[in-house]
Amino acid sequence: MADKMALAKAINESLRRALDTDPKVLIMGEDVGKLGGVFRVTDGLQKDFGESRVIDTPLAESGIVGTAIGLALRGYRPVVEIQFDGFVFPAYDQIVTQLAKMHARSLGKVKLPIVVRIPYGGGIGAVEHHSESPEALFAHVAGLKVVSPSNPSDAYWMMQQAIQSDDPVIFFEPKRRYWDKAEVNTDAIPGPLHKARVVREGSDLTLAAYGPMVKLCQEVADAAAEEGRNLEVLDLRSVSPIDFDSIQASVEKTRRLVVVHEAPVFFGSGAEIAARITERCFYHLEAPVLRVGGYHAPYPPARLEEEYLPGLDRVLDAVDRALAY
Amino acid sequence: MTVESTAARKPRRSAGTKSTAGKTTARKSPSTDPELVQLLTPEGKRVKNAEYDKYVAGITPDELRGLYRDMVLTRRFDAEATSLQRQGELGLWASLLGQEAAQIGSGRATREDDYVFPTYREHGVAWCRGVDPTNLLGMFRGVNNGGWDPNSNNFQLYTIVIGSQTLHATGYAMGIAKDGADSAVIAYFGDGASSQGDVAESFTFSAVYNAPVVFFCQNNQWAISEPTEKQTRVPLYQRAQGYGFPGVRVDGNDVLACLAVTKWALERARSGEGPTLVEAYTYRMGAHTTSDDPSRYRGDEERMAWEAKDPILRLRAYLEASNHADEGFFAELERESEALGKRVREAVRAMPDPDHFAIFENVYADGHALVDEERAQFAAYQASFTDVEGA
Repeated sequence: MADKMALAKAINESLRRALDTDPKVLIMGEDVGKLGGVFRVTDGLQKDFGESRVIDTPLAESGIVGTAIGLALRGYRPVVEIQFDGFVFPAYDQIVTQLAKMHARSLGKVKLPIVVRIPYGGGIGAVEHHSESPEALFAHVAGLKVVSPSNPSDAYWMMQQAIQSDDPVIFFEPKRRYWDKAEVNTDAIPGPLHKARVVREGSDLTLAAYGPMVKLCQEVADAAAEEGRNLEVLDLRSVSPIDFDSIQASVEKTRRLVVVHEAPVFFGSGAEIAARITERCFYHLEAPVLRVGGYHAPYPPARLEEEYLPGLDRVLDAVDRALAY
Repeated sequence: MTVESTAARKPRRSAGTKSTAGKTTARKSPSTDPELVQLLTPEGKRVKNAEYDKYVAGITPDELRGLYRDMVLTRRFDAEATSLQRQGELGLWASLLGQEAAQIGSGRATREDDYVFPTYREHGVAWCRGVDPTNLLGMFRGVNNGGWDPNSNNFQLYTIVIGSQTLHATGYAMGIAKDGADSAVIAYFGDGASSQGDVAESFTFSAVYNAPVVFFCQNNQWAISEPTEKQTRVPLYQRAQGYGFPGVRVDGNDVLACLAVTKWALERARSGEGPTLVEAYTYRMGAHTTSDDPSRYRGDEERMAWEAKDPILRLRAYLEASNHADEGFFAELERESEALGKRVREAVRAMPDPDHFAIFENVYADGHALVDEERAQFAAYQASFTDVEGA
């Protein structure tokens, strides 16, 4: 059935469905129980599924991921919540040295079907360490899959698919979009987890984004349309693997590409996309692949975040520069 | 003796105590340590212990000979691996020399359905779990990063990053509790790892969730070049008290005491009493690994003091004094040891290099487009050489 729901609620419903259908699914994290998580994403789940399956953990991120690995070895499918993007780093060692590598080093004997949920990104006026976008730090690590939904329907279905995946999935939730509402059809899977989607067809230039920046790119395309520019918007949905085939198909049509993400441009996912699309589409490109993202500076205090984050004008400026070639 | 009974004791070393890393000072003998559980003295004399005797009360001469055999064969295997490294057959070896009693005693305390989370030095525990010793050598030879199926023997892969596995052990134990099973988990780590945050977090998690896990710390006195004084100012077993579960120090060179104390701790876990910390007080007789040079940081006297407390010699003395083993047993074991050495030597030399494409195998369980793409690029690159040779 199809209901209109907020992105946070869509994840909540998806987790509820997983808990309901698979007794091995567990929810773990700080404040995920009675409180329902600081963003209420796990609201009501402990009440309905009990403390044994929706587990309030000690405040120790490495411990959360490390014990989730042990539970997965025992046959469970833990979905762990890291409360905020900037709090994931105590768990980074467990994620990189243990979670990512166990399947390979066991020669495929051990699977770790763990989802690490991370509310990420800025734009909500938060304090330090609550607005970061560290997805590239995880995409760089073989053994991990990294995804980020941009809308409630994807949030619902990508969470279903992430939980069903036998690989560890880092699930970046665009916290500034948690309250955006849209229709979610809980009966029909919209497509594979790691496939990009064209959310707006266009012919003059491709805007590629994921998570919180997809909505911005749609607004950019609207604004550009008023100036007679016909932009295509691609929702990548997955950062590892990246659906380069879909980007290539789009760029072969539009011949121009601008990648947008909140994360710093330097060594960001846009850099990888630019390099690979340049290799794949060298003779199709009319302009260098441009990137719009954060600066090589610590995430600034909230009063400065509008200057730091890609906004409508900054993306439009990149579009103009690409079209000027 | 548990933490509860010794909580009022003072730390054995104050923070200001100088390191004994000099060339002359021998450590305090564990056999005179009142905090230490010991059932066999270094001379092989059986001493009574009101708390732990019952855990080995029914042990038969056959089982005692079995413990001896385990220790001898493990030491022989370990020596063979060290030789194989010297011959260039292994890239590295982490010797367990001196820690046989801690590993065999604790390993033999486990039940088949228990689960073991080792570091990279638990060759004796692997032996007890039935892991073929040759499988342990693949990662040291560089043909894989862990060559056995952990679920075949409930023996996880070796973990090189210090302390990480204690959290996995805790999570696994939480799962056992959820399943309502009466299995238990034992997590191995060392005095160096005791400083890691993951170990502290595993104590916290296991205590909060009352997880059926035994933390078995082999305090072998040295974390590469750093003595235990660089890790702690209280005896390690006392740390358990702060987390709300018992800790006990056992003579790590006494196989009988290690067996008894670990059985006690595992029984606590099975009966829902939660975690226990066991500190097996022992000594790393060899180098940290074959790449290490202990002469740069410790003296011979310390080593000689510990040689007098050798775990194998002390059980042999006991077996002989109590007429539990005759010359025939020891001679037969000698032959068995040499046969094991030969088998390991031949197995390692015959171990093939992995297929080039193994780089791309098992990176993911469900596949990954980039891995597929790079595998194809690699194949094309490799094939380009074949073409040249064929031309």
